Amino acid sequence: MEKMSRVTTALSSSGVSGRTMFCHLDAPANAISVCRDATQVVVAGRNIFKIYALEEEQFVEKLNLRVGRKPSLNFSCADVMWHQMEENLLATAATNGAVVTWNLGKPSRNKQDQLFTEHKRTVNKVCFHPTEVYMLLSGSQDGFMKCFDLRKKESVSTFSGQSESVRDVQFSMKDYFTFAASFENGNVQLWDIRRPDRYERMFTAHTGPVFCCDWHPDDRGWLATGGRDKMVKVWDMTTNRAKEVYCVQTIASVARVKWRPERKFHLATCSMMVDHNIYVWDVRRPFIPFATFEEHKDVTTGIVWRHQHDPHFLLSGSKDSTLYQHMFKDATRPVDKANPEGLCFGLFGDLAFAAKESLISSDANRKPYPGGDRRYPIFFFKKPDPTEQFAHVSSALSVFETDLDSNRMDWFVKTAQLYLLSGKPFAELCDHNAKVARELKRPQVSTTWTMLKIMFSDPANLMTPGANHNLSKLGSLPLMNSFSMKEMGSGMGTESRLERSKGESRQDNIHLEPGNSHISNNNEENEETEGSEGQAEYMFGDAELDDDDLYSMEHDNQAEEQEYTLPQEAFQLRHEIMDNPSAPEHLQQDKADSPHVSGNEAEVTCLTPIESFSLISISQPLFSPHLPASFFCPIVREMLSYYAEQGDVQMAVSVLIVLGDRIRKEIDDLTQEHWYMSYIDLLQRFELWNVSNEVIKLSTCSAITCLNQTSTTLHINCSNCKRPMSNKGWICDRCHQCASVCAVCHHVVKGLFVWCQGCSHGGHLEHIMNWLKSSAHCPAGCGHLCEYT
Amino acid sequence: VMVNGEKERVSLLFMKALVSTGSVDAVSQQMASHPQYLESFLRTQHYILHMDGPLPLPYRHYIAIMAAARHHCNYLVYLHSAQFLRVGGDPLWLQGLEAAPPRLRLLDHINKVLAHQPWLTACSHIQSLDSSCDIVCLKERIQKSQEEREKREERLLQTQTLQQTDMEEEEEMICFADPTRFITDPDFCYQEFARREEDHFQVFRVQDYSWEDHGFSLVNRLYSDIGHLLDDRFRSVTTLPSLHSPDLKRAIWNYIHCVLGIRYDDYDYGEVNQLLERDLKLYIKAVACFPDATKTPVCPLSWAPLKTSERIHVNLLIMEARLQAELLYALRAITQYMIA
Repeated sequence: MEKMSRVTTALSSSGVSGRTMFCHLDAPANAISVCRDATQVVVAGRNIFKIYALEEEQFVEKLNLRVGRKPSLNFSCADVMWHQMEENLLATAATNGAVVTWNLGKPSRNKQDQLFTEHKRTVNKVCFHPTEVYMLLSGSQDGFMKCFDLRKKESVSTFSGQSESVRDVQFSMKDYFTFAASFENGNVQLWDIRRPDRYERMFTAHTGPVFCCDWHPDDRGWLATGGRDKMVKVWDMTTNRAKEVYCVQTIASVARVKWRPERKFHLATCSMMVDHNIYVWDVRRPFIPFATFEEHKDVTTGIVWRHQHDPHFLLSGSKDSTLYQHMFKDATRPVDKANPEGLCFGLFGDLAFAAKESLISSDANRKPYPGGDRRYPIFFFKKPDPTEQFAHVSSALSVFETDLDSNRMDWFVKTAQLYLLSGKPFAELCDHNAKVARELKRPQVSTTWTMLKIMFSDPANLMTPGANHNLSKLGSLPLMNSFSMKEMGSGMGTESRLERSKGESRQDNIHLEPGNSHISNNNEENEETEGSEGQAEYMFGDAELDDDDLYSMEHDNQAEEQEYTLPQEAFQLRHEIMDNPSAPEHLQQDKADSPHVSGNEAEVTCLTPIESFSLISISQPLFSPHLPASFFCPIVREMLSYYAEQGDVQMAVSVLIVLGDRIRKEIDDLTQEHWYMSYIDLLQRFELWNVSNEVIKLSTCSAITCLNQTSTTLHINCSNCKRPMSNKGWICDRCHQCASVCAVCHHVVKGLFVWCQGCSHGGHLEHIMNWLKSSAHCPAGCGHLCEYT
Repeated sequence: VMVNGEKERVSLLFMKALVSTGSVDAVSQQMASHPQYLESFLRTQHYILHMDGPLPLPYRHYIAIMAAARHHCNYLVYLHSAQFLRVGGDPLWLQGLEAAPPRLRLLDHINKVLAHQPWLTACSHIQSLDSSCDIVCLKERIQKSQEEREKREERLLQTQTLQQTDMEEEEEMICFADPTRFITDPDFCYQEFARREEDHFQVFRVQDYSWEDHGFSLVNRLYSDIGHLLDDRFRSVTTLPSLHSPDLKRAIWNYIHCVLGIRYDDYDYGEVNQLLERDLKLYIKAVACFPDATKTPVCPLSWAPLKTSERIHVNLLIMEARLQAELLYALRAITQYMIA
């Protein structure tokens, strides 16, 4: 009667009251267990063995079972279990190998009942039979499991697993005679309690120790196991071979696993190292915990559901010396923080977008994906209690296709293939790349290259001829600023003669009045057009293109050659500032504070030659011709960022590589790495392996260059027995000969190995080279006439 | 007497080691009588010293030098100095600890403690290391501690096996560098753990922090795969076929751990006294705690009839038990640091 009433109170209270609460223990807990009516919990550890009553608002210590002045090691508990039939009966597994039972009904202070000292090593687990009052099972480090009849003084049967230490033993909830045992070597065994001679079934469940197992309370076939390999697996034992039906990958070794009452697919886990949280998983969604309890400060050592039919209360003990009652409604739900939207670009600019249906359906403009109804309802659980479930997530996937013509990526591929990133003098590289860009109808990019050349080329070369040109030009063309002239002069001093309009435009660049309405207009236009090169073309107009032509074709060559002979480091002299026609375009957008910026903008559009006149006299003193290259770095940096922002990471990386040390220090490593990664990723998607490799090679980020070191395994066959060399090392496992021996020196070749494709003999690159210098025959003496080219 | 197959296995292992490192040191040669163990030993050594890892190669050898120097093992100091230079280490560092980078110098203290009184390892040590270089250093520490152990043990083993098998080559090594320059506080050495028990040092209970349950997971997390390799070593050394009974092996293992302050709840230490004779105990303790002194053989008399391979087996047990003890202390300290 009394028991009955208590049960009902516990059940009824669970719906209404109870809260997340904890109490401090005196010592770390190793295990906890709860009595059947869910009103009391026992906590056991090395230095603690106490019973607490679970009250509405708090834990109340009921009984301390550690008695005696100097408690023996028998009190040092690795595990504890409260009998589910007999409420006065407890069993503990002691670290010294003893199995102890306790009778709370004893009148004396010492409640110890029976003591079994049959195990030689630590007992890891004790387990009462779910329905049989006197049957107790233990599993020990010594590899044995023992079954005790509590009416007798010693064990009634001993089971030898024959496979190392026993970590857990669990009676099946439904099959009266069956129990499962998990072992340190990864095995799980099923035993019939009546047959101690041999296990019924054995299978390997994990790599490394299986720390725990738990039978499903309702489904008789299901066994959950957790191991040091960080996995929780659910096995279907009803079939002939144990079948893995679910697998959850956690982040740390799994110390305990407990099925959640009344929820078929839920189980709780905790870890014994590193991770202090308790997770409740829905095994059907193995990638994200259903709920998390994050209260503990040290590893959780014991978890138990408070009542076997109530899924809302979880009790846990921890090494941080606390005992917690967790309310399920207070758990964190990681899934709420997960991002339910997905977005991905296709190679050719298509965009796939998946989001909650509710979000998408509100968008009236959405068009369904043409490839049919492509909605993927990812999860849909029909459950009675909405708060208890994963959010109903039904996602819709939309694919947006781009207009093929307008957004083709041909230019990207061609540019990647045609750009030169190294191997020539800086100016030549710039010119080449400018030309490539121009041919692909990307005038802005082309201009950028040209400007870069002018900005960073060795000024010494430009200086002298430039000055001359300027003078002459000034004489001939009064419209031009001295500034612009000089700039031009260095790069293409003679160009002015070719086309007046260009000269003008450059001069315009020099203008220092930002207030000009023309300028601002131009800027806006620039912004608009920058995204797509095709349009940009028209706006820069013929003038720009022409300029480029002039630069590259006519004069550049001379200038560059000169440049090349001079040391590139000498940048002290700088008067080219004004010429940078393109740098400004990109940077301008947001600000016009620096003088040359405004000038640049002006250049693009200003067509009034008159202004330039007025400037002529002033311009020279305003701009010192000695500006160092570093003067431009901020601009170039912004330009690169701009390109990258616009999605043209190709440009950013190419310029980065070509400029090399000139700009590298200006840009922080992470950004560089990010650009490189993006560009390499793009290249590889377009299968431009050679280019991507070149980029990797030329990059200076350590994170990038090491990309070439991955997947560099080369599988070889033994040169003697022709069979694959299975293991690393230089010796063949089968014929015990050294593989890849140099034909000249007869030592193992550990670096570059070169071999003749005719006779397949070879050796150290150097040795073979030397050998073939003096002899035409193969060094191995096979008579083949090898050739080294 | 080895079976032919075993002999071949050994010679193949040696050949591999020879070809990949250019030498087979004396210690490995001693292990030849236990090919199964040798294989896993060489694999671990190779992984720690030569394979990809968080530490640059010269660092690893330098740490090995520091560890070996702690026990005045000239041979290993010399060996690793040479390898240190070969992998591109800065010759300056070999002038002494002061010349080494600060990160390595910080390891000196923990090196000292682990080498002689591992129970002093505290999470404050880890902290001081960490304040300077954070997580990398953790890894480094791990790796280091292993390496160090290895080295140290190796040298233990080496010295012993050397004298036991009456191989006199031991002193022939070149006095390349005085090992003391790689250490500080040379007088720091082993002290009886039992005697200090009244101090606040708590007994280390394996049931609370064991290699299988705790150490493995942590070390594997910090330095991937090393856990499996070490697991393999511990396993193979205890399962080596030998004349010694499992009880004796366990007695030896637990005795060493006991000497270093690690206790097993489920072991009756009276067994140690029953199974191990006095001189054997002395010998084990000398080797485990004062390997420097074992250059002068104190081989127990009762061992005379034993075969070489059996003696070597005992030494291997000592070496691995020590390694595990130090690892446990270091890893527990790291765990505490992570929780704090």
